[in-house]
Amino acid sequence: MIATDKDSFIWWDWVGRHTAQIQSATYEHLRLTLLAVAIGFAVSLVLSAVCLRFRWTFTPIAGFAGLLYTIPSLALFAFLLPITGFNTLTAEIGLVSYTLAIFVRNIVAGVESVSPAVIDAADGMGLTRLRRLATVDVPLAAPAIVAALRIATVTTVGLVTVTGLIGQGGYGSFIESGLSRNFSTEIVVGGGLSIVMAVALDAVLVGVERIATPWTRARPRRGT
Amino acid sequence: MFRAFVDYVTVASHWSGTSGIAHRTEEHLRLSGAVVLAAAVIALPPAFWLGRARRGGFLAQSVVNVGRAVPSLAILALLFPISLRFGFGLGFWPTFAALVILAIPPMFTNAYTGIRSVDPSVVDASQGMGMRPFEVLTRVEIPSGLTLIMTGVRIATLQVIATATLGAYVGFNGLGSFINEGFRQRDDAKLLTGAVAVALCALVVDLVFGVVARRVTPWRAPEINLRKESES
Repeated sequence: MIATDKDSFIWWDWVGRHTAQIQSATYEHLRLTLLAVAIGFAVSLVLSAVCLRFRWTFTPIAGFAGLLYTIPSLALFAFLLPITGFNTLTAEIGLVSYTLAIFVRNIVAGVESVSPAVIDAADGMGLTRLRRLATVDVPLAAPAIVAALRIATVTTVGLVTVTGLIGQGGYGSFIESGLSRNFSTEIVVGGGLSIVMAVALDAVLVGVERIATPWTRARPRRGT
Repeated sequence: MFRAFVDYVTVASHWSGTSGIAHRTEEHLRLSGAVVLAAAVIALPPAFWLGRARRGGFLAQSVVNVGRAVPSLAILALLFPISLRFGFGLGFWPTFAALVILAIPPMFTNAYTGIRSVDPSVVDASQGMGMRPFEVLTRVEIPSGLTLIMTGVRIATLQVIATATLGAYVGFNGLGSFINEGFRQRDDAKLLTGAVAVALCALVVDLVFGVVARRVTPWRAPEINLRKESES
């Protein structure tokens, strides 16, 4: 498998001649991912706030998000295509729907796991409900929220590869074209780079978590 | 659009033959079943063993992280040229291999956590009753951890059914083939047929798992928890 010709596993000559395409695919892939995670996160914050304020809404909201999550990605995109067409909207509707199940459950669970004693203390100090949410509940739930961001981001990177199959660019378009021409270099480039992007974004979010929650380092968790 | 779909699925000839709905559904489910079985054979014994020994927590965490970071289409696509090179051809084998790899992480981690989180005093008591290690595993630890073990198998199975759809792109003749052909021929009816069939399969299997989980662990309400994998 030494890279000498176009029949080898990866043909570096091809890679060298296509750096511009690889760059624009990277940009598209990143843009689709970040857009979906950002919209999904914003929608989920609202949904989570509703769930926390009106407890009975949690089961239907989480249930519906879970149902969406169960639908295979290619099938969901296939459902949407006849309605919304081959465009970014189709891709984003699908991608955002998948992030909801991950976000809502984690955010609600994170906020609920805040110790009642802490909430009691905050109430005793005279914080209003909104103030308590912003200065006590959310910071304490931060590790759970960042964990959800990590899962959602990594999952979305993988799903954006699938949107490449419906002509939305990104690394999936290399995979699609490589598979249809039986040209392994393109498959390796598309597949390999999407793995690299997933791992890289995950690492960035681990860094964010460490910066955002300095208190978790001061008190190392012990094994049970 | 909806009319076209109904027209498509109500034509008898669309159900028969090797590219018919019946055959492709059967292939899809057969492959998924084989994958889940193979992945369970590979993933569960080491998970039980490490969970018993209460070792390998770092390994379990790494397996989840890696499993989540690898996009399913990427692994499927990467196995395609490898399969061709080593003479396994297209279709079944590259899809099978890719899906086994994808199914292992959720099964392994959940089974590991399930066994590991069994109350040590219960294990102690069963040893005190004179049970042999194998009996402790099969009669105490596995039943106690069954909810989590089942959750892992369920997550893996749903992921396998979903990803088998993508197998169409490496020549697997499952339900994804309707979607793939629908895209290429701009045939919305075909596209929807594939989408509905796959979504139905996933939902039905999920329901069946819910019922089975309740049956095998009557002492505990089953929980569907996406967070299982994410706790760090």
